[in-house]
Amino acid sequence: MTAKTIISFENVTKRFGKVVAVDDVSLSICEGEFFALLGPSGCGKTTLLRMLAGFETPSEGRILIDGEDVSRTPPNKRPVNMVFQSYAVFPHMSVADNVGYGLMVDGVLPAERSRRVEEALALVKLEGYGGRKPDQMSGGQRQRVALARALVKRPRVLLLDEPLSALDAKLREQMRSELSQLQEKVGVTFLFVTHDQDEALAMASRCAVMNRGLLQQVATPSDLYEFPNSRFVADFIGSVNLFEGRFEVDEADHAVVRAPELSTPVYLDHGVTGGRDATVWVALRPEKIELHKRGDGQGAPALGDAPDGHNVVPGVIRHISYLGSESVYEVELDQGRRVRTLRTNLTRRDQEDFTWDEPVWLAWHACSPAVLLS
Amino acid sequence: MSKPERQAPPAPLEYLRRWPIRAWLAVVAVFLYAPLITLMAFSFNNSRRNIVWRGFTLDYYVQVFQDQGLLTAFGNSLVIAAVSTVASVILGALTALTLWRFKFPGKPALEGALALPIVVPEICMGVAMLVFFTQVIPWPTSLAWPLNLGSIIISHISFSFSFVAIVIRARLASFNRELEEAAKDLGAGEWRILRDILVPHMWPGLLAGALLAFTLSLDDFVITFFTSGPDTTTFPVKVYSMVRFSVTPEVNAASTLLIIITVVLTAIALRLQGADVAKDAAGVA
Ligand SMILES: Nc1ncnc2c1ncn2[C@@H]1O[C@H](COP(=O)(O)OP(=O)(O)OP(=O)(O)O)[C@@H](O)[C@H]1O
Ligand SMILES: [Mg+2]
Repeated sequence: MTAKTIISFENVTKRFGKVVAVDDVSLSICEGEFFALLGPSGCGKTTLLRMLAGFETPSEGRILIDGEDVSRTPPNKRPVNMVFQSYAVFPHMSVADNVGYGLMVDGVLPAERSRRVEEALALVKLEGYGGRKPDQMSGGQRQRVALARALVKRPRVLLLDEPLSALDAKLREQMRSELSQLQEKVGVTFLFVTHDQDEALAMASRCAVMNRGLLQQVATPSDLYEFPNSRFVADFIGSVNLFEGRFEVDEADHAVVRAPELSTPVYLDHGVTGGRDATVWVALRPEKIELHKRGDGQGAPALGDAPDGHNVVPGVIRHISYLGSESVYEVELDQGRRVRTLRTNLTRRDQEDFTWDEPVWLAWHACSPAVLLS
Repeated sequence: MSKPERQAPPAPLEYLRRWPIRAWLAVVAVFLYAPLITLMAFSFNNSRRNIVWRGFTLDYYVQVFQDQGLLTAFGNSLVIAAVSTVASVILGALTALTLWRFKFPGKPALEGALALPIVVPEICMGVAMLVFFTQVIPWPTSLAWPLNLGSIIISHISFSFSFVAIVIRARLASFNRELEEAAKDLGAGEWRILRDILVPHMWPGLLAGALLAFTLSLDDFVITFFTSGPDTTTFPVKVYSMVRFSVTPEVNAASTLLIIITVVLTAIALRLQGADVAKDAAGVA
């Protein structure tokens, strides 16, 4: 990844009357990134994107593109182009006229224009569709027209608002990989908005998670998943078991958290800075918890990376959801808390290993839990 | 399906297959179209008295085209209709655009005022125009043709532009604002967006509005009657003055011509409009 910053938001706030849609956001996006803005509905993703495109002006703060303040620049003078959620393909123009519209406005000569339109249509695999009208195209094809129309202007950044939300499940999967390939091919920075975490994790090189106008965390998809910085992010990305607790030990190379809902302390193989006496939360992903038999007086398993009596708790399976490739087990602990664990069905017999109401041990490695301070 | 030849009973919404509905439709058709057909038929009747059919003739059409007074009135009507249509389409479109696009103080009042010429009784509009053009701003009657039609043209604009504005406003309501933003995003300025994106979208509305304005003007009698003078009669006013003596076959012939012109214009406009609406119905979705 090149480190050259192309977009920066500097303490950007946007208010609509009393509603704070975007709250003091500072964010830098680098050249060539495939960047995702992720968050629940109404968190301000679209507003942030529209401020970059120029359709909204920030109430406070600055937006820079290539180091230049564009906060007051009208949309038609910005080096960014947008793919709208409804695609906004001009219904009265042919596909070629749609794609060439931006070039015509810029005064590109017809010969050059039609060459570049052809090129852009080829890029989105719509060769030969130039003469068609939008109403003769499917939803997926209209989206490609919108993509070609934006890319043909060679923008510094391409903005996409929920690009896949209007497509059916199958086409969505396909477009995910196509968008990624397209981005690699043209090398343009992509900034896309989505509320679908799978989409963001699958496509983005980096994601920003937003909540109620605030930027929660900016990280690569794997860091978001494995090292969330708050309960909100841990819960929003994937599924998680959260246990409230307090530090018992917090050394440089290990830490111990005691959580009332767990009968044994949680041992971590790394220190955690801060939060000495404050409440913390232990986050355990379902797939990082191992299931072990406990039926015939079998003792607690030792995974070998935590002292005895840590990171293992007894429970009883209360619910099993068989999902084909994996099974989800809901295990009730002694204190009544239910924990989700996930087990991949590696062989065709794996799903028969555990049954309803079976006593089990839950165990996890010392490196698996994440400790969250907020 | 044991007896395929027997007709199935009417389905819930198949009203047309119930006899009272059919009878009702027949009555409506008779009272709607029979008078028009009679009028047209008698315009070809070879008899001065419009009672018995005496054979086919085109004489009355020839006479219409030789009647100087009728021709002048007809010419006046066409000029008035054409000028007031153009003016009210432009005014109406601008009004609709303003109301659709901007927020400003007094907007609800303006929207209400727009409907006024539609709800105010025509006779009141006529009297108002008469008073206005004789006492407030006396329109000189001695002007050369077609300037002497000015007062009629202005009064026609004043009622037909409301209709145009309302039709175009309705059309604009279905505009996808993202289209405008997309054009702006691609580099277009305000005027370009108006020309390249908004006007093409408004087109069916403009057409329908123009047609409405043209036909309203062409057959307006009440308001015109109050604003026209001896040199500025329009076709409906002229026909009225002819009918006051007797309904002659010439009147039938002239009316038939008017009906044909209106029907043809409507058909053309609907045709153009239908094609356009069908075209973008799928494009926007
Ligand atoms: N033009 C506007 N006027 C008033 N409030 C607005 C406007 N646009 C957005 N908002 C408000 O700002 C907040 C953020 O809206 P935004 O559209 O950015 O959310 P979003 O994250 O894109 O949500 P979604 O996933 O539902 O599209 C919402 O509370 C919304 O009601
Ligand atoms: Mg949105």
